[in-house]
Amino acid sequence: MFTHLLSLLIWLPIVGAVPVLLAGSARPNLARWLALLFMVLTFVASLFLLPQYDAAQGGMQLVESHLWIASLNVHYGLAVDGISVALILLTTFVGILVVVGAWEVIQNKPHQYMAAMLALEGVMIGVFCATDALLFYVFFEAMLIPMFILIGVWGGPRRVYATLKFFIYTFLGSVFMLIALLYLYHRAGTFDLHTLAALPLTFTEQMWIFFAFLLAFAIKVPMVPVHTWLPDAHVEAPTGGSVVLAAVMLKVGTYGMLRFILPIVPDAGEHYAWLVIALSLVAVVYIGYVALVQEDMKKLVAYSSVAHMGFVTLGIFIAFLLARGLGDVDTARLGMQGAMVQMISHGFVSGAMFTCIGVMYDRLHTRQIKDYGGLINVMPWFGFFYVLFAMANCGLPGTSGFVGEFMVILASFKANPWIAFFAAFTLIIGAAYTLWLVKRVLWGEIHNPHVAEMKDINGRETFVLLAFAALTVALGIWPEPLIHLMDSSVTQVVQQLAIHKI
Amino acid sequence: MPLSTSILLTIALAPLVGCLLAGFLGKQIGRAGAHSVTILGLLVSCGLAFYVLYQLVWGGAPNYNQDIYTWFAIGKYSASVGFMVDRLTAMMMVVVTFVSLLVHVYTIGYMADDDGYQRFFSYISLFTFSMLMLVMSNNFLQLFFGWEAVGLVSYLLIGFWFKRPTAIFANLKAFVVNRVGDFGFLLGISAVLYFLGSLDYNTVFAAAPELAGKTLQITANTQWDAATVICICLFIGAMGKSAQVPLHVWLPDSMEGPTPISALIHAATMVTAGIFMVARMSPLFELSQTALSFVLVIGATGALFTGLIGIVQNDIKRVVAYSTLSQLGYMTVALGVSAYAGAVFHLMTHAFFKALLFLGAGSVIIAMHHEQDMRYMGGLRKYMPITWITMWIGSLALVAIPFTSGFYSKDAIIEAVGESHRWGSGYAYVCVMAGAFVTALYTFRQMYLTFHGKERFTVVAHHGHGHHDEHDDHGHHKPGELAHAPHESPWVVTLPLILLAIPSLLVGFFTAGPMLFGGWFGSAIHVDEANNVLGEMAREFPGALHKGLEGFASGPFGLVLLAFVIQTYIYLFNPALAGRIKAALHPLWTVLDRKYWIDDLYFAVFAKGGQKLGRLFWKAGDAAVIDGVMVDGTTALTHRVAAGMRRLQSGYLYQYAFAMILGLILLLGGYWLFGSMPAAQ
Repeated sequence: MFTHLLSLLIWLPIVGAVPVLLAGSARPNLARWLALLFMVLTFVASLFLLPQYDAAQGGMQLVESHLWIASLNVHYGLAVDGISVALILLTTFVGILVVVGAWEVIQNKPHQYMAAMLALEGVMIGVFCATDALLFYVFFEAMLIPMFILIGVWGGPRRVYATLKFFIYTFLGSVFMLIALLYLYHRAGTFDLHTLAALPLTFTEQMWIFFAFLLAFAIKVPMVPVHTWLPDAHVEAPTGGSVVLAAVMLKVGTYGMLRFILPIVPDAGEHYAWLVIALSLVAVVYIGYVALVQEDMKKLVAYSSVAHMGFVTLGIFIAFLLARGLGDVDTARLGMQGAMVQMISHGFVSGAMFTCIGVMYDRLHTRQIKDYGGLINVMPWFGFFYVLFAMANCGLPGTSGFVGEFMVILASFKANPWIAFFAAFTLIIGAAYTLWLVKRVLWGEIHNPHVAEMKDINGRETFVLLAFAALTVALGIWPEPLIHLMDSSVTQVVQQLAIHKI
Repeated sequence: MPLSTSILLTIALAPLVGCLLAGFLGKQIGRAGAHSVTILGLLVSCGLAFYVLYQLVWGGAPNYNQDIYTWFAIGKYSASVGFMVDRLTAMMMVVVTFVSLLVHVYTIGYMADDDGYQRFFSYISLFTFSMLMLVMSNNFLQLFFGWEAVGLVSYLLIGFWFKRPTAIFANLKAFVVNRVGDFGFLLGISAVLYFLGSLDYNTVFAAAPELAGKTLQITANTQWDAATVICICLFIGAMGKSAQVPLHVWLPDSMEGPTPISALIHAATMVTAGIFMVARMSPLFELSQTALSFVLVIGATGALFTGLIGIVQNDIKRVVAYSTLSQLGYMTVALGVSAYAGAVFHLMTHAFFKALLFLGAGSVIIAMHHEQDMRYMGGLRKYMPITWITMWIGSLALVAIPFTSGFYSKDAIIEAVGESHRWGSGYAYVCVMAGAFVTALYTFRQMYLTFHGKERFTVVAHHGHGHHDEHDDHGHHKPGELAHAPHESPWVVTLPLILLAIPSLLVGFFTAGPMLFGGWFGSAIHVDEANNVLGEMAREFPGALHKGLEGFASGPFGLVLLAFVIQTYIYLFNPALAGRIKAALHPLWTVLDRKYWIDDLYFAVFAKGGQKLGRLFWKAGDAAVIDGVMVDGTTALTHRVAAGMRRLQSGYLYQYAFAMILGLILLLGGYWLFGSMPAAQ
C-alpha cells in the first residue's frame, strides 16, 4: 500500500473533487461533507509519511517512477525528503481547515468551491513530490487554474483585475522556467532532477538558467520587486483562497529554489547570492514600512507575508556565503533550517491571520481597518486568538514565528553582521505594523455601531483558529521534532550546493 | 541537599498553571476561584524559592545547571531549555515570587470591582512564570524567551483597560520601544554565538577570555573590538527593558496600567531584568572597558535627569515612575563601575521599597476614589495611618536614610562611583550625588502633598453613588470632590504594605555585609581584580552598624537633609512659595514638564516619520514605479503596439496594394544600392 503513497496523496483529493462536483448545487451539504471526508482522508494518509519516511537516513524516499512520455523521456517520478514531507503535512492540514472555514461562508456554488480546493490540494502535493522537472512544471502550472477560479468566481469586486494580474505575473515567470528546462533537456536528454543536478554547466549557461529560475520562483514567493500581484490577489480572494495562497502556495516558490537553483546552478547561485540577499533584506525593511501604512487589513497581512518570506529566501541564500564562501556547513545548515521552519511557521501564522480577517469580514463585510475598533469588547475569544497570532506574526518567542527568524538571524550574523542588522530590523517594524493593526482593530471603544452587534466566534471558527494556534504554540515551544524531520535533508541540500560545476 | 529538577520545574510552572486556570476557566471558577488558584500557585512557587535559597546558602547545595529539553540541535549548534540556579538566581527568584505573591493578594482589594478580575490574575501569574523563566535560564535562548514574554505581559497589562485611548497608546509604545532594545539584544546574542560558538551560559563564560583581541569587520577599514560589540549590543537590550535613556520613554506611560502591575512589573521586577542580565553577563562585560564606560554614562544620565522630571509631576503614580527611572539609573551606574553586586543589591532593596511605594500610592488612589492628582489630596495621614506610615518607611528607604535598606545599597553605589577610575566616573559621580538630592526633593514633596498639610478635597455626599465599575475613572466627579470621606484600605491591601515595609527597613542592615563585600554571589558574578571597587571598599567596611552611624555624617545625607528642610518649609509652612518658585523658574519648569521634548521628538520622527516613509514607499515605489511603470506600463505598451498593428490591417484593398508596391520598391531599391556588397567581401 505504501509503495504508492505519494500517488495516493496527489490523486485522492483530485479524484475526490469529482463526486463533490457531482453533488451539485442542489445538495450543498453533501458536497461539503464529501469534501471534508476527502480532506481528512488525505490528511490521514499524509500522516503515514511520518512512519514511512526515515528521517535519520534522509535522501529521496518512497520513490515512484514510471515512463510517462517516452519520446521526450519524461517520467512520472515522485519521491519525498524531509522538507517535502513537512510541506505536504502542512498542505493537508491546511486543507481541512480551509474546508471547515468555508462551511457556511461559501453559499454560492459551494460544491464547485470545494472541488476547486480539493483539486488545488492534490496539485500542490504533486509539486512537493515531483522529481521530474517537467512533471514539476505541469503541477506548478496546474496550480494556477483552481486558484484562478477561486479568486475569479468567489472573489471581491476587483477580482478580474486581480486574477489577470495574478495569472499573467506567474505565467510570465513560468515561461522563462520552461525555456530553461528545455535548454537543460537539450543538454542532458532528461528532465530527471537528480541527473540535472549532476550536469556540468559553464558559468554563462548557469547564469541564464539562474535568472530564468529566479524570475519564475521569485514571482511565486513573491520577492520584491515582483510582489505587487500578491496584495491584489489577497484582497480579492475569498478567505479560503487567501489562506491556501499564503499558507502553501507561496512556499512553492522557495521550494522551487531549493530543488532547482541550488542543485542545478550552484555556481551562478553563489555569484548572485548577494542579489537575492539584498532583495530579501529590502523585503524586510521596505515592505515593513509599506505594511505599516496599509488601510486594508488583507493588504497589510499580504505585505507582511512578503516580509516574512524574505526570511526564507535570506536563509536559503546565505547558505551560499556560509557553505561555499566560508566553508562553514553547520552555520549554513542553521540558516537553511531557519528558512525551512519559517516556511512551515508562516503557513500557520499567515493562514491564521487570514482566517481571522475572514471571521471579521463575514460579520461586517469590510476589510478597512478604520471600520473596526474595540472588537475585544464584543469578541473576547476572537481577541485572544487575534493577539496570539499577531504576536506570532511579530516573532514572539514561544510562537512558531520566532523560531525561523531567530535561526536565520543567528546564521546571517556569521555571513555578514550587516545582513543580521537589517534582518533583525523586523523586530521593530514587524511589531509596529502588527500591533498598530491590533490597536486599531481590537482595542479601544467601539465607534462603529455595527461592531457592537458582532458575535464572538462560533464553534466552527474556534475549531479552525484553535488548530492553527495549537501548532503555532507547539512549534514555538518545541521545534526540535520538525527540525529533526528535515535535518538530514537540509544537510544534503547544503552539501549539494557546495559542489562546484565549473 | 542538591536541588532537584522537579522542584525547579514546580517553581516555574505553578504560576503558569494558575494563569491557565484563571484565564481559560475564569467564568467557571469565578472570581474567588481565580484568585485562589493563582495565589496558591504563587504560594507554592514562593515557598519553594525560599527553600532553594536556603539550600544554596545554608544547606550546602551546589549550584544547579541542567538542560530540561533540547529546543533545536543542528550540527555543532544546539539550544535548550534549562535552568541554572546559583545564588544570584535564587535571590531573584525569591524577590520575584515574594513581591508577586504580595501583589496577588493586594489585587484582591485593588481590582475588587473590576470586570476583568480573572483576566488580571491570569496575566500577573503569566508574568511571574515568564520572569522566572528569564532569571532561571541557563542559556541565551531561554533568556530571550523570558525577556520577550515579560514584554508581552507588560503590553497586555498596560493596555488592561483597553477602552482608554491613552492605555492602548501606551502599550503599543512600550512594546515597540522595547523592541528597539531587543533589536540590539538579538544582535548581541548573534554576536555571542558567532564569536563563542554557543548559547549556553557556562560554555560562553568559559570561552569568554578568547574574545580578547578578536575584532568584527564593520566596513572595509573599520574593525570593532568583539567584546565591546557584544556587550554594547546586549546592553541596548537592557536599555529597552530597564528603561535607560534614551529608551526610557515607555516607562512613565506604562502607568496607564493598573497600580498593582506598576508595582510588580514596572518597578520591582521586569524593569530590573536588564540589570540582572548585565550582572549575569559580568564575565563578558569585564572584557570591555569601553562598554562599561558606555553603561556608566547612560546610567548616570538617567539617574539625574529622569529624577528631575519627577519634581514637577502632579500624578502620584508618575512621581514614583520617574523615581523608578532614576533608581534604575543608579543600578546601571553600579554596573558601569563593575560593582555588579552593588547593582543587584540595590535591585533587591529597590524591589521592596519601590513596590511598597507603588502599592501605597495605589492604596491612596483607592481611598481617593481613583483620583491620582496630588493637588487634590493632602492631609490623608489621619484617614489612612497604615498607608501613611508604610509609605514613609518606603520613602525613607528611597532617599537612603541611614539604617534603611536603601541606604546600604545606594550609599554603596555612590561610594563605588567615587572609587572608580573608569572613563566617565567623574561625570557619574556628579550625577549620582545630585541625584540623591533630587530624589529627596520629589519624595518629600510627594509625601507632603499626599499625607500632610491641608486637605485639598471636599466630601460631597450627593446622588446615589454606587461602586465604580471602572477604575481610575476621573469622569464621575469634579476633581477634588469625593462622594465619601477617604478611609483606610482593606487588609488585603494593607497587609502587603506591612510585609513590604519590613524588608524595606531591615533587609539592608542584615545583608549588606555579605552581599556587597562578602563575595556572597560566589561564581555568579565575575569581577576583574583591577576593576574591583567593591573589593576596595570591603577593606574599609566597618560593619552594618558602624556604616549606618557613619552615614549620618556623609555627603549624600547632608543633601537629603537639605532637601528635607527645603520641602518641609515649602509644603508645610509656606505652600504659596511652590507656585512662586514655579513662576520664577518657568522656562526650566517647561523643560521638565515637557520631558525634555524627547517624547515629542520620537513621535514626530519615528511614528509620524515612519508613516510618511511607508506612504512614500507604497505610493512611489509599489504603486507608481512597480505597478505603474513596470506592470501596467507593460500592459499599456502591449496594448499600444497591438492597437498600432491593428490600424495596419484596415481591410482596404488599395492600402494593401500600396503597401505591396512600396515594399517591392524598397526591396528592389535596396538590392540595387547594396546588392553588390556581399559579393565584394
